[in-house]
Amino acid sequence: MFAWAEWIAKLIAFRLLGLDPAGRLGEAVRFFVYDMLKITVMLSVIIYLVTILRSFFPPERTRKLLSSYRYPWIGNIAAALLGVVTPFCSCSAVPVFIGFVEAGVPLGITFSFLVSSPMVNEVAAVLLWGLVGWRLSLVYVLAGLGVAVMSGLVLGQVRPERYVEPYVFSVRMEEADLERPTWSQRHREAIDYTKGILKRVYPFLILGIGLGGFIHGYAPQAWLAEHAGPGTWWAVPLAVIVGVPLYSNAAGMIPVATALMEKGLPLGTVLAFMMAVTALSLPELIILRRVLKPQLLGIFVGVMTATIIAVGYLFNAIT
Amino acid sequence: MVSIKVLGMGCANCNKLEENAKQAVAALGADAVIDHVRDMPSIMAYGVMRTPALVVNEKVVVSGRVPTKDELVTMIASLLG
Repeated sequence: MFAWAEWIAKLIAFRLLGLDPAGRLGEAVRFFVYDMLKITVMLSVIIYLVTILRSFFPPERTRKLLSSYRYPWIGNIAAALLGVVTPFCSCSAVPVFIGFVEAGVPLGITFSFLVSSPMVNEVAAVLLWGLVGWRLSLVYVLAGLGVAVMSGLVLGQVRPERYVEPYVFSVRMEEADLERPTWSQRHREAIDYTKGILKRVYPFLILGIGLGGFIHGYAPQAWLAEHAGPGTWWAVPLAVIVGVPLYSNAAGMIPVATALMEKGLPLGTVLAFMMAVTALSLPELIILRRVLKPQLLGIFVGVMTATIIAVGYLFNAIT
Repeated sequence: MVSIKVLGMGCANCNKLEENAKQAVAALGADAVIDHVRDMPSIMAYGVMRTPALVVNEKVVVSGRVPTKDELVTMIASLLG
């Protein structure tokens, strides 16, 4: 399917730049060009399709759906799944939170939605698929859903209502009669959104894939396997701590992480790192502070971090 | 007279929507009052979960996106018609 990209990559690296196909630099450049081409095409197609799908799940509809799944487990699973298909940006975290609460969705279930929505991220899934393969992409999505379900279940147990800003419970919502977009509107919006995402992630992507290509060509395999292999217990927590402040650079971090995986970094550590990058973001926490008291915000971050670390250990143990 | 309200908590897109709405009203030459509602409970009262949103004569017409000035002209004109 991507033979054409391979052809162009070889053309640029070996013919145009005249690099040695057997040399490390030539290989790194070919790798970079090939990945850039493939990822660009995959991102464009998949983000477009995901945006079309999402136009059928506005948060108002998700709210109505979730208000009929109020029980733990089933509700948390539904919320985690809907988190994937509902368009969401951290700027609308507050109205979504209040809207769910107003519709009687329990807080634990609302949290499952708030975790899965940013973490099960289409850009991350596509990058994993393109750079490593669909299996890893699927594992990432399922692990993300697992973390969302588990964190929501745990948070539902701490009587979180105590720590929600009181005004949230006094908001009353009207049932808005929303415009139903036409197909041409869906198409236009998906094109705009795809362009916007590509523009935003491209600088990071170039940097990340460039760095990934460098690691692919140069990094010594034995060193990583020895120092950050499955036997190193602190590797997973460290990966999470390093990942948290990198939220805006998911597109750049993933090529680096997958290149490191090739060089012997274990799967669980890589997964934990990627989930920390996409799930925990400072701007979203600042926005959520408007509805959650600091205690609950702290518990939220703590539970999510613990769950991600647990998933990392789990995958390191079973692979 | 038309009442137009932009719902949004001061995000960049919200200000853009207000700007576009102003231009649309000017292009139509309509007699309109444009308000910017920034208070969360009042925004939610309209049933809106995605900002920015546009309310014309107390009816939500747009939510979660910024239509162009031309699109708004057609939209407001059809509501007035």
